[in-house]
Amino acid sequence: MSKVGIKGYSYCLNHAPETGSRYGGTPYEAIHSGKEQEYLDSLPKFLQSYEHALHYAPNQTYIGGISYEEFESLKTPWVENLLSDEKAKRYGKFGELMPEDEFLGLISACDEFELVWLEKAFAEGSAKKLAEDPVITEAIVKRVLRPKNMHEISEIETEVKERNGLALYFDGKVIGCIRSGHPTDPCLTAHVLLENLAGKASGVLALLHLLKNTGMNPSDLDFVIECSEEGAGDVGQRAGGNFAKAIAEVAGCINASGCDVRGFCAGPVNAMINAAAQVASGARKNIAVVAGGSIPKLYMNSRDHVKKGLLALEDCVGSFAVLIVPDDGTMPVMRLDVLGKHTVGAGGAPQAVTSALTFEPLQSAGLTFTDVDRYAPELQNHEITEPAGAGNVPLANIKMIAALAVMKKAIEKPAMMQFIKEHGTIGYAHTQGHIPAGVPFIGPACELIKEGKIKRAMIIGKGSLFLARLTNLADGASFLIEAPEPVAETSAVSKEDVKALILEALSEVAGKLA
Amino acid sequence: MDLQNQQRVKDAGEKYGTDCVVILGSSDAEGAEIYAETVTAGDPTYAGPLAGVSLELPVYHIFDPIIRAECDPAAWEEQISMMEMVLDPEALTEAVKGMREQYSKNVIE
Repeated sequence: MSKVGIKGYSYCLNHAPETGSRYGGTPYEAIHSGKEQEYLDSLPKFLQSYEHALHYAPNQTYIGGISYEEFESLKTPWVENLLSDEKAKRYGKFGELMPEDEFLGLISACDEFELVWLEKAFAEGSAKKLAEDPVITEAIVKRVLRPKNMHEISEIETEVKERNGLALYFDGKVIGCIRSGHPTDPCLTAHVLLENLAGKASGVLALLHLLKNTGMNPSDLDFVIECSEEGAGDVGQRAGGNFAKAIAEVAGCINASGCDVRGFCAGPVNAMINAAAQVASGARKNIAVVAGGSIPKLYMNSRDHVKKGLLALEDCVGSFAVLIVPDDGTMPVMRLDVLGKHTVGAGGAPQAVTSALTFEPLQSAGLTFTDVDRYAPELQNHEITEPAGAGNVPLANIKMIAALAVMKKAIEKPAMMQFIKEHGTIGYAHTQGHIPAGVPFIGPACELIKEGKIKRAMIIGKGSLFLARLTNLADGASFLIEAPEPVAETSAVSKEDVKALILEALSEVAGKLA
Repeated sequence: MDLQNQQRVKDAGEKYGTDCVVILGSSDAEGAEIYAETVTAGDPTYAGPLAGVSLELPVYHIFDPIIRAECDPAAWEEQISMMEMVLDPEALTEAVKGMREQYSKNVIE
């Protein structure tokens, strides 16, 4: 059976309300349409402060500030039942929630082409704060302070007014800009470059935390697979890549190479499978699966939040990283023989998708629905999605799995609610597309396995391919994480052993001849 | 309802008139009600092509017994029966019915 070990994981958030409320897809569209002034005027009143974001339980669960089990026991709504100061820390077991001024500094540090200009005093302040972050290297701090990235505010204003730059704000003031990468190329506008640089920077943060969490020397990382939903390229190849290598470079992983894997929200699960297969085959010694987050998805549902007088909570760029290594019998493992695969011919009905991702792989491995302790499908925070009419996504998914379990006679219908409660997971991830797609639970699942509380979890990602206008097909993929089993010792025979055996045999023959 | 779908419904409604039936598959009642309103009275959010456009189309939820009766039972079992267990078919049917009774010009008889 092919298995790989999950050595470690990291989960980070970058608070970005000022950037998001201007350049998130929904506000940006409203600004340009000129038709939604009331919404745009109201949005700033519904933004969440950094301190509030730190006290918000789903955020702390994502970065590992509180355990998943504690999160499950919390009183809801979380937005009205904030965590105590003691639990609302910047750093959690898995990663951190970085404030926006430092995130802008980190974006500048990730720029190679003088695309980010920060006002000098702001850059210095940001660099000073970043230097306090335990994962930010001295080299990264120095990059924030490169003269080519620091400019006078008058130069920044000219760049915005006259050369299609995009102003960056902090505390309501312009503190920098993203410059346009080309006078006519639509793939290199300042807005697209902001998306890509923010994706890169948030991916760097997640990779740095992964290296810290696993104790791995950056130079020991062999390969990176990046799996966000951003597209980096120019008009000749608008999503050519390569985020992975760009991220590895800033993180100091000098011996790593990398490539990007895409598949909408199913990207991360496909990237995990891709990475696991390469490590299991021996093609790579180890692989970090990494994804940065999305600026366009910030405040995606904020029209509805504002209309209903609710806090607009979609203010964090999410990121994660997972380190896949050969299985040595000591770490939670990812199985490669039980993979959910949504085929072209399967059809797009929820029933067909759910069956392809859960029932079919389990059946092929001789398992049934109740053999999986926890299912982690799309883990969107329902306090964000419900007011926007998108319902409670993880709950809807586990209900579908439970209903399929009834249809396949794995459980009785009256046991559905019990199954949902015991085997489901509660969503706590930001609505960042690929970020909530099952992968946030890799960390908690591994923790629960290590504590002996569960034996098996299923990670499920689904993708909305129709968004690219290429196909109307549904998509999805899944895999199992299990407790490790002791690896059987193999009696390896060395060259010296062979020599000794030959000599022994020869002397025996010589003895007989004599 | 997203802007592209509004445009598709608008195009179909303008081409075929109020004989064109809209069947919704929304999973929550609030959303179903808004979508039903959009294709009958017009887009209540005033964001899409149906803002201020009253197509008055007959609109039903897929779980409405009238629509269910039209479906192949084998296909229903294979494609939809699981969702019947998951969702609240009655609430969804009622949410759409409310809008249909107020704003649709034609109904299926």
